[in-house]
Amino acid sequence: MTEGGPGTADGAGVIDVLSVTKAFGELEVLKGIDLTVGEHEAVALIGASGSGKSTLLRCVDLLEEVDGGDILLDGEVITDPSVDPVAVRKKLGFVFQAFNLFPHLDVLENITLGAVQSGQMKRKEAEERGRELLARFGLGDREREKPDRLSGGQQQRVALIRAFAPNPRALLLDEVTSALDPELVGEVLELVRELKAEGMTMLIATHEMGFAREVADRVAFLEGGRLLEVGPAATVIDSPSEPETRRFLGRLHQGGLA
Amino acid sequence: MLGGLAVAVFTSSGWPEVKSQFFSVKAFTDSFPGILSAFWIDVKVFLIVEVVVLILGLFVAVVRTSTNPALFPFRVLGAVYCDVFRGIPVVLLIYLFGFGIPALALQGVPTDPLILGSIALALAYGSYVAEVFRAGILSIHRTQVESGLAIGLNRLQTLRHVVLPQAVRRVRPPLLNDFIALQKDVALLAVVGVIEAYRQAQIDAAATFNYTPLVAAALLYLAVTIPMARLLDYISRPDDPSRGMAK
Ligand SMILES: Nc1ncnc2c1ncn2[C@@H]1O[C@H](COP(=O)(O)OP(=O)(O)OP(=O)(O)O)[C@@H](O)[C@H]1O
Ligand SMILES: [Mg+2]
Repeated sequence: MTEGGPGTADGAGVIDVLSVTKAFGELEVLKGIDLTVGEHEAVALIGASGSGKSTLLRCVDLLEEVDGGDILLDGEVITDPSVDPVAVRKKLGFVFQAFNLFPHLDVLENITLGAVQSGQMKRKEAEERGRELLARFGLGDREREKPDRLSGGQQQRVALIRAFAPNPRALLLDEVTSALDPELVGEVLELVRELKAEGMTMLIATHEMGFAREVADRVAFLEGGRLLEVGPAATVIDSPSEPETRRFLGRLHQGGLA
Repeated sequence: MLGGLAVAVFTSSGWPEVKSQFFSVKAFTDSFPGILSAFWIDVKVFLIVEVVVLILGLFVAVVRTSTNPALFPFRVLGAVYCDVFRGIPVVLLIYLFGFGIPALALQGVPTDPLILGSIALALAYGSYVAEVFRAGILSIHRTQVESGLAIGLNRLQTLRHVVLPQAVRRVRPPLLNDFIALQKDVALLAVVGVIEAYRQAQIDAAATFNYTPLVAAALLYLAVTIPMARLLDYISRPDDPSRGMAK
């Protein structure tokens, strides 16, 4: 544990979460979260189901409103009511557990819609970039396909491309492999690995401990709405200092999930 | 089975009478041109009212499904509109508009029963179609909206590019169903004196004491509604990948 609590945040990162609280009715899901994701850093968010991983990611993307505390993007507060959430979301990419591709649009249109409509890129430019990325990630021949023609792994790769094609400041990944058959997990993780290699800043909620250990620079363990332990990936996963973290990881091992 | 029924009908003792009363070739050829030209009124009213209904219905549905607190009064208005106009028989609405509004003698308000009756039809069907669109919009999962927001669209763009295309596709069958019904209900304008196909046929039948003109009018309605029914079958065919059930 470092001084000032495990989830240090000093306002110097790409994403800074400062004392964030969030409740759904009576249920306090986040009870004061502090976390920084630095430039080119990948932080893995681990914790049991219901611990608040998705909620935290959704708060960062302004899909949920925080009750208390602040979230900063590049040093600027984004959780103030006066901030335009659309402008913030243009700078962030979000990938959902269930892909959430647009079923009425083909693969390329899925990728270009946001960038074009929000005025970040001209259509031609967005299409070129989309084609280039599809080709690079082995989906070059699927650009005119509707999403329901693709496997889950392919859909999630398209969703990832859709999120990072406009070059966001950071990617928020919410258990991007949890909805996939085991044999499809690898191809999606491979893409995330490449993004990491390119220096993409990422906050990654995941149940894949092996992956977290390999790709993340730091791991943050969330339980009961608090970050109980934050530290280098290898340290937190291999030799956690908190008993709760040990218990959580132990349960995963027993369940054969890690 | 059908053949047996036909034999039963054609050999019945009443058939010769029915044949001359309903299926007289002479009465048909005499009345058909007049009924056909009156039918153009049906077609024109239908086409214009259909466009108005689509726009009105979509607009009301979008307002009613909005979540912006500032639009609350409009949501209430939309709900009241739908309740009122769905709840009154169309024929009564046409009466009220066609006879009631001219009686008010308002400045600058049309008194033509054709126009007033068409407005009544548009308002009635607008409320049905608004409900169809609303059901379609509500059937699109919330995660689609979030996905739209997450890629940097604003709420209106999300509605326009993500929600509505899927919602409209999903409700095409009930929408077309309402249009078939509208197509037939144009005949109700007869109650305020509009001489469209049904009314023209009625006039001819009364003048000649023969019902064949009504059969001629029925055939004209079928000529439009049957192709629409086939189109309906086509777009709701089970193997249509765009049907929306897939995911
Ligand atoms: N919109 C909501 N309304 C009410 N409760 C909610 C809502 N969203 C989440 N919750 C609750 O908040 C808690 C945290 O949920 P969250 O989805 O953030 O957990 P998670 O760590 O992502 O879990 P999982 O690993 O299952 O995805 C859960 O108890 C959940 O039921
Ligand atoms: Mg989750």
